[in-house]
Parts: sequence; C-alpha cells; structure tokens
Amino acid sequence: MSLAIRARVAERGFEVSLEVAEGETLAILGPNGAGKSTLLDIVAGLLRPDAGRAEWAGTPLFDIGGPRPLWLPPHRRGISLLAQEPLLFPHLTALDNVAFGPRSAGHSREAARVTARGWLAEVEASDLEASRPGTLSGGQAQRVAVARALAADPRLLLLDEPLAALDAAVAPLLRRMLKRVLAGRTAILVTHEVLDALTLADRVVVLGDGAIVEQGPTREVLERPRHPFTAELAGLNLLVGTSSATGLVTPDGLAVTGAPIAPGVRAAAAIRPSAIAVHAVEPRADNVVRVRMSDLEPRGDSVRVRAGALNADVSPGRAAALDFVPGAVVYFAFPAGEVSIYPC
Amino acid sequence: MAPRWSSAIPGWVIAAAVVGAVFVLFPLAAMATRVDWPNFLSLVTSPSSVAALLLSLRTSLAATAACIVLGVPMALMLARTAFRGQRLVRALVLLPLVLPPVIGGIALLAAFGRRGLLGQTFDVLGVSIAFSTAAVVIAQTFVALPFLVLSLESSLRLTGTRYEAVASTLGATPTTVLRRITLPLIFPALLSGAVLSFARALGEFGATLTFAGSLQGVTRTLPLEIYLQRETDPDAAVALSLVLVLVAVLVVGLTLRTSAASSLVRRGTS
Repeated sequence: MSLAIRARVAERGFEVSLEVAEGETLAILGPNGAGKSTLLDIVAGLLRPDAGRAEWAGTPLFDIGGPRPLWLPPHRRGISLLAQEPLLFPHLTALDNVAFGPRSAGHSREAARVTARGWLAEVEASDLEASRPGTLSGGQAQRVAVARALAADPRLLLLDEPLAALDAAVAPLLRRMLKRVLAGRTAILVTHEVLDALTLADRVVVLGDGAIVEQGPTREVLERPRHPFTAELAGLNLLVGTSSATGLVTPDGLAVTGAPIAPGVRAAAAIRPSAIAVHAVEPRADNVVRVRMSDLEPRGDSVRVRAGALNADVSPGRAAALDFVPGAVVYFAFPAGEVSIYPC
Repeated sequence: MAPRWSSAIPGWVIAAAVVGAVFVLFPLAAMATRVDWPNFLSLVTSPSSVAALLLSLRTSLAATAACIVLGVPMALMLARTAFRGQRLVRALVLLPLVLPPVIGGIALLAAFGRRGLLGQTFDVLGVSIAFSTAAVVIAQTFVALPFLVLSLESSLRLTGTRYEAVASTLGATPTTVLRRITLPLIFPALLSGAVLSFARALGEFGATLTFAGSLQGVTRTLPLEIYLQRETDPDAAVALSLVLVLVAVLVVGLTLRTSAASSLVRRGTS
C-alpha cells in the first residue's frame, strides 16, 4: 500500500483508517457532514487530527500521539488538492497559475512555463494561457485548476467534489478529461455522485458519520450494497435478512423470492426502484409487498413512490392514476428475476 | 457594477448628510479665502517653509516604510494566528489611535529619551535619539502604525486562507506563499493603509513636538512650522496650511485611483 492513514478528530466525531494503493483512484462517497472533506484536509496537512498516523510508502507524513510526534507541513507532502471551486490565484494569468507548482519546486520561470504549457495542453486549455481567472467560465477555470494541481507533480492527488460546482452541460466533458489524467495516478476523489465514482474510481470507501460503513471495488460496492446508506447513494432498494431456499427472509418476516444462494446466512437483496410496479389492488407476481405510501417525489420523467424502506419509480401517468393519498395502502410487485441476492 | 436594488433614502437622511459634508468642507474653503494669494509663492518658498516641507516629506516617507516593515508582520500575526491574549494585544497595539498624541510623545520620551529606559543604552552606543530627525520618524511611526495594521488585518480576514492553503499544497513554502499569494492579494489594502499612515505621519504634531522638539531643518516638520508661524506671520501659516491640504488631497486622490485600478485587475474585465 502506498498511503496508509488513520486519524481521529474528536470534535467532529471522525475516526477513519484507510489505505490507497499506488496508481489507484479511491472514491470517498458519503453525504454532507460525513467527514469526507475532513479526511482530505488531514491528508493534505491542512487540518491536524487529535491522534493518528499516516505514511507514504513507509515514510511518515504525520504521527500524532505516537512516541515520535511528527507533522509534515502541506508543502513538504507532495500532495495536491483540487477543490470544488477552482480557487485560481486571481492576480496571476492561467499560465502562471499552472506554473506556480513548478516555480515553488525551484524551477526557473521559463522552465516552469514550459511545464505549465504542457499541462494546459493536456487539459485542452492552451488558448486560455494569457487569461485572468476572473474572465474564465466555471468549466474553463476548473480545467486550469486541474492542470495546476497536476503540474505540481504530486505523488498523491486529492479531489474534493471537483465537478459539483459545474453546469450539467460541462461536467461530462470534465469527467472525461479527469478519467484520462487520473489513469495510473494515485488519487483520492471525494464525491456524492455515483457516476463520478463509477467513471473515475477503482475502489470506493463509503463514509457515514465520520466512520467507514463499507468499502470495496467500485462496481461491486455500488451494485451489491451492504449498507442502507450505500444503497441510497446507488439508488437501490436494499433488504437485509437471512438467505432461504427461495430467496431471502427479513427479520420482519417479509419473504422475497429471487435467485437463491446458500441458505441460512446473512444476506442482502437489492431491487432497482424502476423494477417495482405499483398497484392499487393485490396483483399476481413473484413478489408482492403490501405497503403504506408515505411520499411522492417527481423526478423528471418518472415519479418516485416512497413507502417506508422501499421506493418504486413509476411513470407520471401511472402516479396520477394511483390517486395518491399519504398513508394509502398499495401493493409493490416485482419479478424474482429483478432481485439480486448476495451474502453480506 | 450598479447595485441591484436602489433603496429609497429618507429625505432627512440626505439633509443630514449634506450638513455633514458642508461641515467638513466649509472650514477648508474658508481657509482658502484667507490666503494672501499675491504673496502666496513667496510665503511658501521661504527657507524655513521649504525646510519644513522637505523634512515633513522625508520623515513621513521613512515613517511609512517603518510602518510597512513592522505593520505587515503584526497584521499577519493578528489575522492568521491564534494565541493567548491576542485580543488584548490587538487592543494595546491600536491604542495610539485613540491616545492623545502628546501622551504618545511623553511615553516615547520615557522609553527612548536621554533619561528614558533605553536612552542610556543608546547613549553608550553613541546615539542620541531624542530631539533628532530619527525621533520625528519614531513619533510618526508610533501614531501611524495602527492605521496600517487595522487596514491590513481586515483585508487579510476578508481574503481568507483558501488561496494560501491551495498554494501550500502546490509545494510553496510559507515564505513563498506570503510573497507570491498573500501580499499580492492584499496589495490594495497595503497601498491604502500605507497612504493612511503617510497622511497621519504628515499631520503628526503632538507626539513630535513632545518627543522631538522643534529645531528648524532637524525636527520642525510642516505642522510645527505652521503652528510657530501662526504666532508671528499668520499669512504664512494659512498659506502653508493650504499646501498641506493640497498634499493630502493629492495623496488621497492618488490612492483611490490606484486601488480602483488594481481591484479592476484582480477582478479581471468581467
């Protein structure tokens, strides 16, 4: 492992221990206040934890509460931070912003500018080199910020929701650019967008309330969530219980039919909300669950029907036909083939 | 940029504001009417006047430089660090702002005067500060320093530390961050703070008279000269006063222009 860190910040209820392998992009998923930015600040050296230790390939970055206390300041860590906002230095041109890292590393002005031009080309922003940050659009500024972070030649790149502040129209272009420049690089990406994690990360760590709730390869974690929080992020219904010969039985006694696994172990069933049909009278189906509707939420071309722990996505026409009243009893129906059962 | 909402200001507020503006401008205009215009040039170019004006400009520039050298680090300590007793330190540092300048002069005598705490030390080194041009600069720095510190500290807080944090993660040492990020970002405030300090130093009277005395060409700055002339040659006093007003207007106008220009550069052309 290249980066190994464990840290505790008592005031924020934060206690996390994780590792990042060389060349790996790790995504940190979590809701606001889960401690994602706290983690990045600690790794970057901008926030001092109460206790903990981090090392890069065996060399310590900090050690607090150990026998030999150590705290490397940010500029001696070789770790660049790319924030949600580009934070380009307003008094420098785009080129000099990107050249800032190489200049700080002791390169001559000319050499630094040559490096900077290379990185501006890499993010397709060569035409912006003479621009002042105040004249750039959000997407342009963020591209320059990516170039600036990479030009510092960091051994580890931290990205704090780099696409969150961008228009929906520009985000995909920047996501593709990030995918290209992150290939083979060691990086930690904080996001609450599942798409970012799926596109950019090899592995995810899900944070909730200052602690890791689950981690693993991106696709596996997001397709087979084990924690309600991850399921929520991945947009899946999650039922946790015990595997049976025909599927899974929850502690409340709800039996779900699906492709069975070895019976008698703790297991989870994931069902996509769009696979669930909503009926006013009890239908015939592999799985029928009688629920009380709690909420209707319009989501563009579909409407999410919330009923306790389960969500179903139906067409607006269907939602209108259901004649929604909070507390009304409806039936959620879904075929066995749409239920994914796995041990957890 | 025009404000998005223009709110209606009550008529009586406008009236009070006009009274306030007239209150400031009327005495200055009245003074201009008292100037002996035919002899103006000869009055302000008398040897003692020229000596006083040059001394004032020299010492005020030196005091401004001293304010920058001492004030920037003080503002950084107040805005960027947290230590025990910081609020008390801030209050004490800003004390010269509210202190009668004469008291400042007496305090400086007690510290650096011939019989002062450090006076003997300086004597041993063969340096006598009190009643020298250096004393003028010290007195001016003492009263002008808080202006620079105040203006810089609020600008530092306004700018925040985010750019500095980014710069440090790009590998910049604290000194590089200060030189290439912090100081350029607060440059407009540094400029306006320096001008305020310069103006305060230029007008310094009480502390200078108490601590440095009034020796022509050595410690008699323009305000002291004006006060002295008022007894013997009121016309010269009025003429010199007008010169000082013009210098002040020039300085203020110059800063407004440069700070407006530099904030335009910072914001880009959007």
